[in-house]
Amino acid sequence: MTETTSPKTRRGGFRLQLEPRLSEPSRWFPAAVSLGAIFVALVLGGIVIAFAGGDPFRSYAHIARASFGSLGVISDTIVKATPIILTALACSVAFRMKLWNIGAEGQFIMGAFGASAIVLTPILPAETPRWLFVPVMMLAGMLGGALWGFIPGYLKAKFNVNEIISSLMLNYIAIAWINYWIFGVWSEGGFQMSAKFPDNAWLPRLLDYAESIPAFRGLTTHAGLLIGILAAFVVWLVIYRSRWGYEIRLIGDNPRAANYAGINIARNVIFVMMLSGALAGLGGMSEVTGVVHRLQTSPIAAGYGFTGIIVAWLAKLHPAVVILVSILFGALLLAGREIQPSGVPKMIQGIILVSLIASDFLLRYRVRLIRTEVEG
Amino acid sequence: MADEQSSYENVVEMRGIVKRFPGVLASDHVDFSLRRGEIHALLGENGAGKSTLMNILAGLYRQDSGSISVNGRPVTFSSPRDAIKAGIGMVHQHFMLVPSQTVTENVLLGLDDPRFLMRLSEYDKKVAELGEQFGLRVDPRAKVWQLSVGEQQRVEILKMLYRGAQVLIMDEPTAVLAPQEIEDLFETLRSMTLQGKSIIFISHKLNEVASIADRITVLRRGQMTAGGVSAVGVSTQELARLMVGRAVVFHLDKSPASPGEVVLDVKDVYAENDKGLPALRGLSLNVRKGEIVGVAGVAGNGQRELSQVIGGLRKCAKGEVRLKGELVSNRSALYGIQRGLAYVPEDRTHVGSAPNLSVTDNVIMKKYRQAPISHSGLLDMNQATRFAKGLKEAYDIIVPTVETPVRLLSGGNLQRVILAREISGEPDFMVAVQPTRGLDVGAIEGVHRLLLTQREAGSGVLLISEELDELLWLSDRIYVIYEGRIMGEIQLGGGDASQETVDVIGQMMTGTPLENIRMERDA
Repeated sequence: MTETTSPKTRRGGFRLQLEPRLSEPSRWFPAAVSLGAIFVALVLGGIVIAFAGGDPFRSYAHIARASFGSLGVISDTIVKATPIILTALACSVAFRMKLWNIGAEGQFIMGAFGASAIVLTPILPAETPRWLFVPVMMLAGMLGGALWGFIPGYLKAKFNVNEIISSLMLNYIAIAWINYWIFGVWSEGGFQMSAKFPDNAWLPRLLDYAESIPAFRGLTTHAGLLIGILAAFVVWLVIYRSRWGYEIRLIGDNPRAANYAGINIARNVIFVMMLSGALAGLGGMSEVTGVVHRLQTSPIAAGYGFTGIIVAWLAKLHPAVVILVSILFGALLLAGREIQPSGVPKMIQGIILVSLIASDFLLRYRVRLIRTEVEG
Repeated sequence: MADEQSSYENVVEMRGIVKRFPGVLASDHVDFSLRRGEIHALLGENGAGKSTLMNILAGLYRQDSGSISVNGRPVTFSSPRDAIKAGIGMVHQHFMLVPSQTVTENVLLGLDDPRFLMRLSEYDKKVAELGEQFGLRVDPRAKVWQLSVGEQQRVEILKMLYRGAQVLIMDEPTAVLAPQEIEDLFETLRSMTLQGKSIIFISHKLNEVASIADRITVLRRGQMTAGGVSAVGVSTQELARLMVGRAVVFHLDKSPASPGEVVLDVKDVYAENDKGLPALRGLSLNVRKGEIVGVAGVAGNGQRELSQVIGGLRKCAKGEVRLKGELVSNRSALYGIQRGLAYVPEDRTHVGSAPNLSVTDNVIMKKYRQAPISHSGLLDMNQATRFAKGLKEAYDIIVPTVETPVRLLSGGNLQRVILAREISGEPDFMVAVQPTRGLDVGAIEGVHRLLLTQREAGSGVLLISEELDELLWLSDRIYVIYEGRIMGEIQLGGGDASQETVDVIGQMMTGTPLENIRMERDA
């Protein structure tokens, strides 16, 4: 802090002054500020809905019902949230080290491609049992994503190439790559999609167990959710409880201190980008084997990698919070379609996002109302 | 009235300037005056308050109290624009130029004229003429990124002259220049004073100040230790003493040294600084067990680079550093750490700690690789917390919990965290750079005690400091460094150092080797 704001008002009155917080705010404070920000966002959104001629209360009630109103829609919300959990975890790992991996989208796509290649090449025959199919596809998915993360990581470590640009550009290459395969090699009868996977290459869904548990009838929530939760736990373990995670946190907070502590930063750049890519790739695998069941561009390259960036940021990079925020975003994606195909739901998403990011300011600064004196 | 008369020949007159930053009194009732056509040097260590004082004059800060007058008229600046209007321009240490634009474009940047259409050729001519007038040769049509650092500096000066500056504040202008460029700059500055400009020259380099300045003001910890003395009547040794000072003495019990075998051996080391200029030129020294060895010198003579070469953070071009006989130079930082090298870096917040991580995370920085904190790749956080709590007790670190991020710690407490971390490894050797800079008296004493405890425990300590008093109290031997070489070594006998010793050190600090001093004295 070099200087306080220069007093512009010379007349008596009040003036806002911002001061950096010198002590840590209490534990509940960040959560309270975030909830407050969401509330403010909903009020602002409500005003806009009212201006557009809608009834804000009914609209919000509808959104709530459409995303959490019944077991069926809750399940749909979770299906939407699952890929976001994994891409957001991918981003949070990289962002922790201040590596700006914008390529989760491409890594997600390459993960989907890697998993699909097991079925479509075929590397494993169609009659392979599920217990073998799924783990091999998971591995292939992680491999695909990790490879796509390795490229920008290596370029940054060796030649100091900006990872934002290289990882972003690789997204488009990934799309072109799978397009090549589904338009040509794996095209099903000339359609721009591959053949449907055999049943035993699908992730199990709740509805598969409807015979023994009738309540599961029609619920499409799939095992990807478990993969996501497990991945969140592993990420937590790595970041907060492992030597490697300690190095990642140290580099992220102060690379010069990390260098002084004898940590090899270049090697970590490569490995963290690969871990990040592997997580996003796992997301792609989960989506292609849990929901789409075939390789097809539009439902795979649907922007989950970009949503993951926002979610990771809002969750303050914490794995457990990532799951909660992902579900919120899943709900917004789902309910959005319910009330309007575009427009209002996107706007509400945007307002919530802006409010949450702006509220971060309150965690670092305190706002004080100061009485200005009359200068003579 | 004589007083009236003298204040009128002063272009700038600053009286009783006080500026307080949170926790620091950066300027404590400082008076400063600048005569027309003179070069007035403002001398002082890093953090002495030179830049603060000049930022006030340039309109970047506002003083808490005190007055400024320009040409005898009181002024208040609320922005650099106001200062420029009054004819005061500052050339900052870090240039503020747009690399992709031409020299002329940079000079015109932010001015109202030309208003809309840029007939640049016309202005190119003006800039060229101005450059010609003051000996600031630079092609107006060249893009800034193509220019050398010295030429960029000329552009900065031109910018200020173009705006009609009568007073130029040069903030450490030589820090970025090569020796030949420094000569050019000095010539330019002299020719400018002949044409009626007045110059304030901020520096911590004694020789430069002695060769360029007409008058000198020395600051130390925000206070004036010499105000506008003539450069002719003062020796560089005296200036060194005014800069480094003899502060309040508090006595620490110190047992006689009982040095053992050599733990650190630095032999004929050559290394470059960040700008690729030579910083160490054949430096040799050694440290034995159970002694504190001081390195004295004015800032920027290779101290930082020396510590970095020892700590494995900088490569040396020639020579070697051995720790307990084993080669550690030109390997990695990790190599030294694994062999018990303790290193207290100069920059507590940017190198020595990770500000947003907890005390626990900061104290395990060099131990997280080994048991008991590390178990097959995982960290045992219970062990880590226990270790941190132990250090908190043993080293009186004042902090609510060990989970508190260290950015919330005071400077003294943060330094304790770093020292605790380094000492807890029971090192045979430690290098500490400026361990007490910016700390208050109580904290300084605490750090001194810890260093002495290390010595008592039989460890060798290399203490690199710009505080001569600190070195005189703590060291058993002192090396004096000047331009990357050791000028000589002084054995201290315990008790207070004699005035003669201080004088000899002062002479070495300004570049006279010890043999020459002895020869002169014997002759």
